[in-house]
Amino acid sequence: MSTATTATPVAAGRKPATMAQALNRALRDSLAEDPSVHLFGEDIGTLGGVFRITDGLAKEFGDSRCTDTPLAEAGILGTAVGMAMYGMRPVVEMQFDAFAYPAFEQLVSHVAKMRNRTRGAMPLPITIRVPYGGGIGGVEHHSDASEAYYTHTPGLHVVTPATVADAYGLLRASIASDDPVIFLEPKRLYWSKADWSADAPEEVAPIGRAVVRRTGRSATLITYGPSLPVCLEAAEAAVQEGWDLEVVDLRSLVPFDDETVSASVRRTGRAVVVHEASGFGGVGAEIAARVTERCFHHLEAPVLRVAGFDIPYPPPMLERHHLPGVDRILDAVGRLQWEEA
Amino acid sequence: MTVLDQHVWQPRTDPAPLLPDPEPYRLLGTPEAGALDAGLLTTMYGQLVRGRRYNRQATALTKQGRLAVYPSSTGQEACEVAAALALEPRDWLFPSYRDTLAAVARGVDPVEALTLLRGDWHTGYDPREHRVAPLSTPLATQLPHAVGLAHAARLKGDDVVALAMVGDGGTSEGDFHEALNFAAVWRSPVVFLVQNNGFAISVPLAKQTAAPSLAHKAVGYGIPGRLVDGNDIAAVHAVLTEAVARAREGGGPTLVEAITYRMDAHTNADDATRYREDAEVEAWREHDPIAVLERAMRERDLLDDAMVRDTEQDAERMAAALRERMNEDAVLDPMDLFAHVYAEPTPQLREQAAMLRAELEAEAQS
Ligand SMILES: Cc1ncc(C[n+]2csc(CCOP(=O)(O)OP(=O)(O)O)c2C)c(N)n1
Ligand SMILES: [Mg+2]
Repeated sequence: MSTATTATPVAAGRKPATMAQALNRALRDSLAEDPSVHLFGEDIGTLGGVFRITDGLAKEFGDSRCTDTPLAEAGILGTAVGMAMYGMRPVVEMQFDAFAYPAFEQLVSHVAKMRNRTRGAMPLPITIRVPYGGGIGGVEHHSDASEAYYTHTPGLHVVTPATVADAYGLLRASIASDDPVIFLEPKRLYWSKADWSADAPEEVAPIGRAVVRRTGRSATLITYGPSLPVCLEAAEAAVQEGWDLEVVDLRSLVPFDDETVSASVRRTGRAVVVHEASGFGGVGAEIAARVTERCFHHLEAPVLRVAGFDIPYPPPMLERHHLPGVDRILDAVGRLQWEEA
Repeated sequence: MTVLDQHVWQPRTDPAPLLPDPEPYRLLGTPEAGALDAGLLTTMYGQLVRGRRYNRQATALTKQGRLAVYPSSTGQEACEVAAALALEPRDWLFPSYRDTLAAVARGVDPVEALTLLRGDWHTGYDPREHRVAPLSTPLATQLPHAVGLAHAARLKGDDVVALAMVGDGGTSEGDFHEALNFAAVWRSPVVFLVQNNGFAISVPLAKQTAAPSLAHKAVGYGIPGRLVDGNDIAAVHAVLTEAVARAREGGGPTLVEAITYRMDAHTNADDATRYREDAEVEAWREHDPIAVLERAMRERDLLDDAMVRDTEQDAERMAAALRERMNEDAVLDPMDLFAHVYAEPTPQLREQAAMLRAELEAEAQS
């Protein structure tokens, strides 16, 4: 696992930054530190990416370090495999969640399998950045929460930041990792802001560690990525109902931090998993099973899930009905068998 | 005699020349333009002017929040209109995500064509009504669909051609190549129309391909490639009509590359100044598809100021009607989210629908 934690300090002290800026800075620091790091993807050079995550990098590091590719995701990931085989550390951008699907064969058949296939002789240190999730009013194919496809593929690490600091730290760690990492960027948090400075190493998140974002005694909300702010809001609203909710931000879906999650649920005795991806066969199902297996005797109620419906992602005008909101989370908390407690 | 001579190498005897002409085919402004049907030119002119106005109106609707996004085909109207005009009603059109206008020119209701971009549903029209496949964004994925449909029609003995549209960027996707190869091997009645508008969002053609032209890509699949001036509507129409006829007669697929230019940004959300010079855009104004046709028609006295005015007024009326209809709030039933996932909702979907219904009722009461 990665130990990349030191960034070249530029800005002294902390100042407001967006998640997009933190990601940009992480890419920049990785490019500066390691000549084997190469960025490529669609529109990431001159344009700086459709979300501007690579803004200025082609200018600073040259076209060969931050490259506009032909429009072909299978080609992007397939050539990344070859570059990694030759000792490079490719960081590729898939323009949107649904536009990563043409690369699926390369991902599942090679990226995820190469290390195992070669008995460790040929690891693939590839980072695959995927803007994902909804809530941005995107038309069809621009809002998929596609994490379960990836988490179900052994051989891939899957991480997703929910805060500005984690965006930086997790991306640095992902690029430094010798395993392939699916780096899921919650689109609707790109413009979220926090006071942050790139040279605060205590904020760098190691891959595989969840974090408690809010401590509480009544129940645990387990979540990640775009749903973290919703859960924190729900936890604040829950105070009025007399519930003191703990909120766990997973950050890393694979590897999964059973320790942090189980410890929290053992403390509170109740748990709700929240994510915007469809519930059926989703990451929440895995979490509910793991928590039940590990914390059964501490549980006062079944682990519940609040997830997107089992439907294709809705058009912009209807997406609010699909996305888990504060009310649905509080409803679920209300169903945690309080009367029997 | 070597093995090569015996088996592997079978020189093609197909009479159709595969290599595209190096110069884009042009008609308007050439001596041949004199023979073009006056009625057809008038129809084209009307459609071009309406199409341009439609693009402008749709872009304006994004600013008023009535459309989530609009990928304008301003500057590319000749291709959009010619594609629709080259087909018979029984044929099928497979538009790319940018080709709302081609769908409208083929008869799709102008508001229903915008549903995807307005955001009330994904496809707003019944694809079978005008035989226009759903517009959707995953690039080049519509091309194998077109081949499959054309293949099926041929197997059934139907006299149907599919015309599939794609951008220059889309030709880099695997689906483009697989579609061309299938169509070639099956000799499917398909016409592929590549609108080479110079860019895939910010990426210029030079970063997309090293081929002499996109039309050259046909050669490797054993089908003819044609290069045409995409802002010369008569030329695009002639090349497409010929390719459609060839396909209909069993002659197999054709790849047509139309050279054009995307005058607007990629969408209203894009800032084109980040990757191209205004001077380049200005230079293309000289070769605007409406101006090119207008010049040719005036030369033959097929167009005068009064007709121009009438056509523009007609386009204004169309735009006003579009505006008015788009300014009405879309009628949405959230329960539709569950209605079409399967022929019969699963038990789980029924549960989820009940939950949403209860939420909506509670919302209505509060
Ligand atoms: C498979 C896939 N990858 C990426 C995208 C994102 N995207 C939308 S339009 C576009 C550029 C398309 O360029 P081109 O094919 O030339 O068509 P044009 O936009 O010029 O009409 C890109 C990269 C997409 N829609 N689908
Ligand atoms: Mg293009």
